[in-house]
Amino acid sequence: MHLVPREFFCQRYGLTEDRVTRILESAVAQGADHADCFLEFRVAQTASLEDGVVKKATRNVRQGVGVRIVVGPRAGYAFSDEVSLPDLELAARTAGYIGTRGAAETPVSVTPALRTPHDLYAVEPAPTDAPLSEHVALLERIDRVARAADPAITRVQAGLTVEQRVVLVATPGGPPVGDVRPLVHLGVTCIAERGGVRQQGSSGGGGRFAVAELAARADTFAREAARQALVNLDARPAPAGTMTVVLGPGWPGILLHEAVGHGLEADFNRKGTSAFSNRLGTRVASELCTVVDDGTLPNRRGSLNVDDEGTPTGRTVLIERGVLRGYLQDRLNAALLGMPLTGNGRRESYAHVPMPRMTNTFMLAGEDDPQDIIRSVPRGLYAVSFGGGSVDITSGRFVFSASEAYLIEDGRLGAPVRGASLIGNGPEVLTRISRVGHDLALDLGIGTCGKDGQSVPVGVGLPTIRIDGLTVGGTQA
Amino acid sequence: MSDPGDAIEVARTLVAAAVTAGAEAADAVAADGTGLEVGVRLGEREKLVRSRERRAGLRVLVGGATAVVSSADLDAATLRDLAQQACALARATTPDPHAGLADPSDLAGAPPELDLWDDAVETLDPAAGFELARAAERAALDAAPEMTNSEGAEFGGGGGTVAYVSSNGFAGGYRRSSFSLSVVPVATRDGAMQRDSWWTASHHLARLDAPGDVGREAARRALRRLGARQITTGEYPVVFDPQTAASLLRHLAGAIAGPALYRRASFLLDRVGERIAAEGVTIVDDPLLPGAPASRPFDGEGVASRRVTIVDRGVLRSYLLDSYSARRLALRTTGHAIRSPGDGPTVAPTNFFLAAGPHTPEAIVGSVERGLYVTELIGFGVNTVTGDYSRGAAGLWIENGRLTHAVEEVTIAGSLPEMFAGIEMIGDDLVFRSAVTAPTVKIARLTVAGR
Repeated sequence: MHLVPREFFCQRYGLTEDRVTRILESAVAQGADHADCFLEFRVAQTASLEDGVVKKATRNVRQGVGVRIVVGPRAGYAFSDEVSLPDLELAARTAGYIGTRGAAETPVSVTPALRTPHDLYAVEPAPTDAPLSEHVALLERIDRVARAADPAITRVQAGLTVEQRVVLVATPGGPPVGDVRPLVHLGVTCIAERGGVRQQGSSGGGGRFAVAELAARADTFAREAARQALVNLDARPAPAGTMTVVLGPGWPGILLHEAVGHGLEADFNRKGTSAFSNRLGTRVASELCTVVDDGTLPNRRGSLNVDDEGTPTGRTVLIERGVLRGYLQDRLNAALLGMPLTGNGRRESYAHVPMPRMTNTFMLAGEDDPQDIIRSVPRGLYAVSFGGGSVDITSGRFVFSASEAYLIEDGRLGAPVRGASLIGNGPEVLTRISRVGHDLALDLGIGTCGKDGQSVPVGVGLPTIRIDGLTVGGTQA
Repeated sequence: MSDPGDAIEVARTLVAAAVTAGAEAADAVAADGTGLEVGVRLGEREKLVRSRERRAGLRVLVGGATAVVSSADLDAATLRDLAQQACALARATTPDPHAGLADPSDLAGAPPELDLWDDAVETLDPAAGFELARAAERAALDAAPEMTNSEGAEFGGGGGTVAYVSSNGFAGGYRRSSFSLSVVPVATRDGAMQRDSWWTASHHLARLDAPGDVGREAARRALRRLGARQITTGEYPVVFDPQTAASLLRHLAGAIAGPALYRRASFLLDRVGERIAAEGVTIVDDPLLPGAPASRPFDGEGVASRRVTIVDRGVLRSYLLDSYSARRLALRTTGHAIRSPGDGPTVAPTNFFLAAGPHTPEAIVGSVERGLYVTELIGFGVNTVTGDYSRGAAGLWIENGRLTHAVEEVTIAGSLPEMFAGIEMIGDDLVFRSAVTAPTVKIARLTVAGR
């Protein structure tokens, strides 16, 4: 059965579209700049494996509605997990407490994005409709493959999460916009033990596709988690201090997410609290760097047909050949800044207010051979896998933590080193990029971004790059 | 639902439906709540969020296999469907001999009064909330000419009920409210901006710190970061302020949590009874402190709350366990199960604190000739399996026992076993601001990476 969000919500909760629209139009008639209603129905199912078997499964159903009234920079929001017309009317009245336009304020509006919605990730049947036994068999295979990698692998943990989220955004003056969003994720963690040393390795991936596609990659994830744990068994203490750092392709793109992505979200720039505030058109990176945010990549974890305000997603150039070109917008900030929508208004769920957020953020490929980049470094660090990162957007300081890294000595890869955090300053770090490889890769679909207490799935990507000077936080001073 | 009685009734219905559907054991949590959050920025109202939510979750055991389901739709027919779904899911998973409910002898009796509820939740007025937030932000912006901007100030209040019912005889519930006020100001000097924040939180509205005090403290913290610079890479003594010292305790709590131990994913595996920290270190977990942030009458499996000494004068005395991890390790639960409706029990600390030491914070800073005073740690560079530690840090440089210039863009690195063994001084400034809390702490030597 093909699920149509507009019909789904009306049938399930006895709503009619024109009644919902009228509630929002009446808010605008009373002096709001904008009003919207976000309906959500989400089913998530998990299966988790340890000790060689799947011992637990969960299935959670979430539903709810949020009504937002926007007046200039002010937003009132009310949400509830009970969905009915009276609940919607009450929510609109509650949200309306934020006030109406003052006598001195002029109405603000936003130019609609002239794009049509995409169809980037149709999956039928929904991943949440597959029998659990298929997921159990997949997890048990991962356990066998990981253990077979080496007798030193003593523990394997794996988890599969499948989700289907149906959303509908209603606004005044147009039909509601819906989206059906499948999302699957598989994670594997291995513990390796040898000679009294214990280490851990992990891998995984996912996206907006069917579990069958994940199954095709499962053996790779299992072997990768085992390999990383085994490599780390031999890891030496990491160096400390400022040195040349080469980042491998793919997930190390978390650098862009932390160093520049958050700082280019429109809310911080409108308020003037980002280290990138008032720097549009200025040089913030070396000429080798072009960075984009693209929500339209098919089947990617960070992609969306429309954002959580109903705006079709797009491809936004953030940095073009080193020059800062654009911000990531949601509706409220685009209206106040007088800038076009970019399709980056996202929220964790109906229980959250939308904010400007990233989708898939990556650097375009350069021309260098990745092996040449490593050969060009007399002494430094080569980092290929990371745990997580974070940033203080006001000072620009960011940190991200390597989970697999190697020394570079005389242009050759040396010993693996133990986990170390790398720290830098967002507006500076990209100016020190001296080589960009031709091997752009996107991550495998594992990223979750947190901002102001809201988590959303995102993607990152990077070719191999060389950074001439980044502080490496090891123990060997 | 509006009082614990209603929530208990929902949970009871779910458990009964599960037993009817074929479960040999079942337990259920039901929770509801309402909330208000308001925000101001530069004196103007910016945000108002009102919430109303409820949710119930059910765990079933069928032939020793486990499944968990949850829903926000709580009518009787939905609850029956949920119970049947749960049993069907459980039949697709593998039996686990250690799975099950808590031992009946561990279950809580009559709940203690813990002072967790304030009727003010029921009459929250947005206008009063806006006024508190505005006053806090104004105090921050008025504190100095360098206080130029703000991410805003927020007031939040909310509360609700939690109920737990199990098929082996437990039924209980309690109410809990919470209030908070926070401000995030920005200071500017010579074109460089620094942001910091401060906050107050309590179960009782009237016990929040005064908004002026919150704002002035936020400003003091932002101002002292101005002019920050890197320092030279080296090994130095490091003093952690109470907020960053608490983060070290959170890493320790993670390493002694049951699941990390039976998965052999902890650097503190098999260390009970051994010295794991300096002599002066005593760490306690106490869920029974009246009015404290994480107090509760019973845990997520209905097990009675009790005070547990975790580390006694440097010696590890207890792990943090729920019933499952206790059975895996052939130990007894310590009452540290936490439970959300959508998942089975897992383990977390409650009010987990490092006991105060004899030194004033000034004396601790005064004891350092050249070193780092850390006020912020960012990033995720902590490996619970190995104890390897490397995080981004910001703070102040100590020279001849005095705080001098601000420091940023450095990392501190070491290993958690050596760091706990290297705790040289502990402050007398313990305050129960958050669930995991600590006084000022000095560690003899850590690697600081900078220029």
